Amino acid sequence: MRRKKRDSIPSKYILTGIAAVCVSLMLASYIFDFQGGPINTLSGYLFVPVQKGINYVGWYLSDRADNLQDLREVMAQRDALQEQVDQLTIENSQLMQEKYELEELRTLYQLDRSYSDYSKVAANVISKDSGNWFHSFTIDKGSKDGIEVDMNVISGSGLVGIVTKVGADWAQVRAIIDDTSNVSAMILSTADNCMVSGNLQLMSEGCISISQLKDSDNQVEFGAKVVTSQVSEKYHSGLLIGYVQELQMDANNLTKSGKITPAVDFEHLRSVLVIIDKKRQVDPNEETEEAKDEEASEEGSEESGNSEAAEDTQIPEEHGDSENAGDVQPSEETGDET
Amino acid sequence: MIKKRVCMFFVVVLCFILQSTVLKALELGAVSPNLLLIITASFGFIGGRKEGMFMGVFCGLFTDVFYGQLFGYYTLLYTLIGYANGFFHAIFYDLDIKQPMLLIALSDLAYGLIQYFFQFLLRGKFDFGFYFINIIIPEFLYTVVLILFFYRIILRLYEKLEKMDSIGSVDELV
Repeated sequence: MRRKKRDSIPSKYILTGIAAVCVSLMLASYIFDFQGGPINTLSGYLFVPVQKGINYVGWYLSDRADNLQDLREVMAQRDALQEQVDQLTIENSQLMQEKYELEELRTLYQLDRSYSDYSKVAANVISKDSGNWFHSFTIDKGSKDGIEVDMNVISGSGLVGIVTKVGADWAQVRAIIDDTSNVSAMILSTADNCMVSGNLQLMSEGCISISQLKDSDNQVEFGAKVVTSQVSEKYHSGLLIGYVQELQMDANNLTKSGKITPAVDFEHLRSVLVIIDKKRQVDPNEETEEAKDEEASEEGSEESGNSEAAEDTQIPEEHGDSENAGDVQPSEETGDET
Repeated sequence: MIKKRVCMFFVVVLCFILQSTVLKALELGAVSPNLLLIITASFGFIGGRKEGMFMGVFCGLFTDVFYGQLFGYYTLLYTLIGYANGFFHAIFYDLDIKQPMLLIALSDLAYGLIQYFFQFLLRGKFDFGFYFINIIIPEFLYTVVLILFFYRIILRLYEKLEKMDSIGSVDELV
C-alpha cells in the first residue's frame, strides 16, 4: 500500500520540483548571497568531526611511511645542506646589513607594519574540494573562532587564499591557485602592479598566471618576488605570493604576462594561518568625517595654508622613499644570486 | 521506507567523507575519482529514477554546502545524473558488470563535459583539448577503475536495504 502511494507521484514531477528549487536557490545565492543557511550549520556538525578524525589518522599513517623514506633522503640532503649553510651564512651577513638599513628606513617613514603584526588564528586543513576542477578546501575553524568571509589565509611562506564561506566550526578557503581566483599583486622590487590569477591549465606545471604587468624598462627578472599590492580590496599588502618564472610581452606591446611559481606548497598543505584582521575598507561615513575635518582645518584660515604646504612637501618625499626601496631591492637579489 | 531512506542518507554521508579526505589523498596526477557520482548513478540504475534522484540530491547538497560557488548547482547536476540513470533500470541486469561500468563511465563523462561547459567555457577558457585530456579523461579512467571495487559493495548494500525495507513493511502488516 505504502509503495503504491509513493509511486502515485510520477518521478518526473519530483524532478521538476527539485530542478525548480535548485534553480531558485542558484538565483538566490547569486542575488542575495545565500549560502545554505541551516543546511550549512547542520552539515557542519555532521562532517567536520569525522573529517578531522580521518585526517589525523591519515597524517599519522603517512608520517610513519615517510619516516623510513625520509631517513635515506635526509642523509643525502645533509651534505647538500651543509654546503648551503656555508653559502647562506655569507648571504645572511649581507642581508643583515641590508635589514638594518631597511629598519632604519621603516622607522623613519613609520612603515614598520609587516605581517608579523597581524593577529592570526592557526587552523588545520580537513578536507579538499570533492571534484577535480577547483582548488578550495575546508579548515577546522569557523565563526566561533572569529573567522569571517574575506579574511586572508597564509601559510608559513606566503599567501594561500581567502575565506569564501563560513560555518560554525568550519570555513571554506579558495586557494589562489583556484581557476576562479584573482589577486591584485605587485612586483616587490619595482612596485609594478599586476594581476595574479589561478589557472587550472598551468597547475600541471605547478604555476599560476600573472598578467597585466607593465614593465616598460624590462626590470623584472626571473625569480623576482610577487606580493599582494596596496590597491587590493581584500588582500593585505605585502603578502608573498610567489616568484616570477616566465614573462612574455603581450600582443598589445604594453603589458607583460607569464607564469609565477607560488611560494606555498599546495599539495602538502596541512595547517594554515588565518589573518583575523580584515583589510580595512574606507567607510563612506569615515570618508565624510575626514572631509569634514579637512573642511574644518581649511576654515581655520591661517594654519590651513601651512598644513597644505606641509602635505605638498611630504608627498614627493614619499615618492623618493619608494624609489629608494626600489633601488635597495634589486641589489638584494643580486646578493641572492651570488 | 523511511528506514531505507535514512540508511541511504548515511551512505551518502560516508561517501562524501571518503571523497573529500581519503580519495583526495589518493590523487593521481592531481585527479581523484568521483565516488559521489558512482553511488548516484548506480543507485539510479539499480533502484530506479527515484532512488537515483534521492542520492543525487544529497550528494549535490553536501557538495554545494562545502565546495559550491553557486548554491544549488551541484544539487541539480547530481539529481539529473541520478534521474537519467534511472531510465536504465528497466534493462538493468545485476550480474553483468559491463553495463553498470558503461553507464557510470558515461555519467562521469557527461559530468566532466557539463562542468567544463558551465564553469570554464562560459568564463572564456576555450582550450577544450587541455581540459579533456588532463581532467575529464583521467577522472573518467580512475572512476572506471574504482567501479570494479565498489560496484559489488553497492549492489550488496542495495539488496540489504531492500530486504530491510521489506521486513519493515511485513512488521507493519502484522
